[in-house]
Amino acid sequence: MQVKFTRKGATLIVKIIGELDHHSADYLRQKVDGELIKPSTRNVIFDFSSVSFMDSSGIGVIMGRLKTIQKLNGKIAIVNTRPQIKRIFEMSGLLKIVPACESIESAIGMM
Amino acid sequence: MQPINEMKITFSSKSSNEAFARVVSAAFVSQLDPTLEELADVKTSVSEAVTNAVIHGYENGPGYITMTCKLFPDSVEITVEDQGKGIEDVELARQPLYTSKPEMERSGMGFTVMETFMDKVEVFSEPGKGTTVKLYKTFKSIRDKDKEE
Repeated sequence: MQVKFTRKGATLIVKIIGELDHHSADYLRQKVDGELIKPSTRNVIFDFSSVSFMDSSGIGVIMGRLKTIQKLNGKIAIVNTRPQIKRIFEMSGLLKIVPACESIESAIGMM
Repeated sequence: MQPINEMKITFSSKSSNEAFARVVSAAFVSQLDPTLEELADVKTSVSEAVTNAVIHGYENGPGYITMTCKLFPDSVEITVEDQGKGIEDVELARQPLYTSKPEMERSGMGFTVMETFMDKVEVFSEPGKGTTVKLYKTFKSIRDKDKEE
């Protein structure tokens, strides 16, 4: 797995590239948490456009980051999830608290 | 009914083998020519079952996991077996959002994902002896195609 970061103001955009499972979740968690301790970050957008596979481990990663971001009064959004991945997020109830957007631009608009 | 093809592999309980197991299962099942979506359902379910064995069965320690795949004309039966810790209360473990390891940011959705993506999930477990998860799926794309012919 690879993780790429870009910033738009106080919003961190996390592009996840590859497969997100229990094995790679630890790496993603460490990388993102390393960015979240920087004072400039308030919101996070997770870009799933290059995620070829995800199992329920992805839910835990997003839920965990949501807790941190809520303490900063920030917001989280996920974008570009393919149907299989969206179904997994839906069944966990996560989409009731984290919006799934069509594009990075529309997610930035919600921040 | 006798399976038309069968495979069995045993591998170390390591998180890096989660990807190995799901890719192997998908490669084997693809002989039946299911749709990509059906194949993704199998991959995701195998990933969940193997992850459970690694995290809960062996608690990230050493051990072996055995995966068996049986192919039938339009369906598959996959068994994921460990000789780890076992599950005290299978019914509780199968509840959505239940996790015995909240500190690890586990969502407790593993069995729910398997139940959603497969037709049937059976769990046999005995504390101290291990856990066997059986996953069943009929590929509707193949079954319907066979009906047409």
